[in-house]
Amino acid sequence: MSTTLVPINPVEPFLRTERMPHIWCPGCGIGTTVNCFTRALIDSKVDLKNLAVVSGIGCTGRVAGYTNLDSFHTTHGRAIPFATGLKLANPKLNVVVYSGDGDLFAIGGNHLIHAARRNVDLKVICVNNLIYAMTGGQTAPTTPGNVVTSTSPYGTYDPAFNLPYLVEAAGAVYVARWTTFHVRQLAKSMQEMFAKKGFGFIEVLSPCPTLYQRRNKMGDGLDAMKDYKRNSKIRPGCPTSEVGLVKEGEIIVGKFVDRERPEFMDMMKAHLSQSLGEKYVQPNECESACGEEVPQCSL
Amino acid sequence: MPTTTADPVGVLTGSHFIDGDHAACEGAIAAGARFSSGYPITPSTEIVERFSQRAPVIGGVFIQMEDELAASITLQGAVWAGVKAFTVTSGPGFSLMMEHIGYAAMTETPCVFFDVQRGGPSTGLPTLAAQADMMQVRWGSHGDYDIIALCPNSPQECFDLAIKAFNLSEQYRVPVFVMMDEVVGHMTEKVVIPPADQIEVEPRHFTTKSKEEFLLFKPDENGVPEMAKAGDGYNIHVTGLTHDERGYPNMTPPIQDKLVKRLLSKIRNNAEKIWLFEEDAIDGADVVVVSYGITSRVAQRAIDMARAEGIKVGKFRLITAWPFPDKPIRAIAEKVKALVVPELNLGQMVREVERAANGRCKTIPVSHAGGSVHRPEDILAAIREAVR
Repeated sequence: MSTTLVPINPVEPFLRTERMPHIWCPGCGIGTTVNCFTRALIDSKVDLKNLAVVSGIGCTGRVAGYTNLDSFHTTHGRAIPFATGLKLANPKLNVVVYSGDGDLFAIGGNHLIHAARRNVDLKVICVNNLIYAMTGGQTAPTTPGNVVTSTSPYGTYDPAFNLPYLVEAAGAVYVARWTTFHVRQLAKSMQEMFAKKGFGFIEVLSPCPTLYQRRNKMGDGLDAMKDYKRNSKIRPGCPTSEVGLVKEGEIIVGKFVDRERPEFMDMMKAHLSQSLGEKYVQPNECESACGEEVPQCSL
Repeated sequence: MPTTTADPVGVLTGSHFIDGDHAACEGAIAAGARFSSGYPITPSTEIVERFSQRAPVIGGVFIQMEDELAASITLQGAVWAGVKAFTVTSGPGFSLMMEHIGYAAMTETPCVFFDVQRGGPSTGLPTLAAQADMMQVRWGSHGDYDIIALCPNSPQECFDLAIKAFNLSEQYRVPVFVMMDEVVGHMTEKVVIPPADQIEVEPRHFTTKSKEEFLLFKPDENGVPEMAKAGDGYNIHVTGLTHDERGYPNMTPPIQDKLVKRLLSKIRNNAEKIWLFEEDAIDGADVVVVSYGITSRVAQRAIDMARAEGIKVGKFRLITAWPFPDKPIRAIAEKVKALVVPELNLGQMVREVERAANGRCKTIPVSHAGGSVHRPEDILAAIREAVR
């Protein structure tokens, strides 16, 4: 009889453990978000076979490579359009976009707002460490207030995006923000987003002790968690115009938006059915494209 | 590898009077394409205009993206979901797509790009012809990689080579380019679409191996790996980083060496199977005109004029531009005085011709900055000079 004294970590089957150790620094929050993500998957009982994770480039861009799911590490900023192609070509897939603030809001900003506008059924998890970390700590469009970065040695002065406000304005149906201190709320929020059809977005504020905090004398990962604990204010339903991040001060977290808008594929199918009547052939009815067995479809 | 025939759904068998852009779209559909992500740009837009009309009645999807960066990666997402997909563009848009050509090459994503060439650089001549993207298609993305590029010279060939492009992309898991030009794209001629059962279609080579056995980037004897798509249960990982046979990032010189050399060799080792060209009266010729696309039709006029003057002129038309058919060109260079190379750019493919000839004969470019086709007289003058 064998007794398992140390039970397998329930998160383990979701990870490509053969790729460990991962590249993230001590004190980095990305691993924490992945932990929440896997717990959300377990609790939501989502069909893992039809789940795909798509990342862009950067520290968070490496998440796809560690998830033991169909996973795509795409080009810088283009996770969302790649994910759009996956979803449209196989609507059965649940597609999660997991990437960083620089990837999604600077180089990929155009794609993000258009996917939100269309309300494509994608679930976007944006780990916001307020900086370009992979490349050595340069100013990002999320860098708040007067902070020192490797490309702003005298401090930043250009205004930062308020991510929830931007994404809500663009059309997302689900918008929330948490920090890596709020692990339970974050996992629950992810679960809630997975269950909701349409373009969902969660911003996760995450420490970068190596490149953000060090230069600004803000301590280590633990100090960041203490800051998050001290400064976070849970304000569900707070108008997103009021949730912009500042260098030091209140961090407003919670679910800000949970609304209904028709989803892109649903709109497409409804519209084309109405326009074309019986002539319309829905994409997933015809799987002949790759030379597999050819079901009969009529023009 | 098994080929199959076209899905009759969507094959418009019969004679049509359509332009090259429309014919290219029908070729893509006949080849099995059911997805396109596009961004409008003259003179390529008609291809996706037609696809947007045709897709909903054949089980396809068209989405107009926010820019070419998106268009050129959305289709690759669709490919990994299991469909055949394409995008279309012209010069400025093609420049924006370069990164994703590299991504398709690195991730071995079979897909097709139609580049209906116009005059450049920059915005250049939006509505007028050029053949000035011929080096960009080969070298435009960073790093070492090989692609396949085909050059139609008529609407019929736009249809035929569109099918060929999809078949080659599946066979070699590379992005394949149909290098049209404004004139071929907008020229209206008779296009015959054969019955579906006479159209050969290369299916995607999905693996039948078990999850334990299957490696997404382990090549077969031709250097080409089998595929799996998202949702098949293989938990695949695809990355643009240098990767091992599992698809996992491994950024070491030996893995880089093995991977990148294979990406090149799967095309180079099979180049002779990929080459398509048309030859006429090469034997006994003193001079051979090497041309492609619309310029080959103008060159034909010049060749006829030269022959009327008693000059022994042969014709070599590149249908496959990349991989460049250097061996056949070299063989011709052994036997002739000169190769005359007219093209709608200021000297691109002529460099390849010169490289292949390697001093065996003269190489005479007939350059044209684009905006119209050549005057046959200018090509004729070069032919006369060649035999003087």
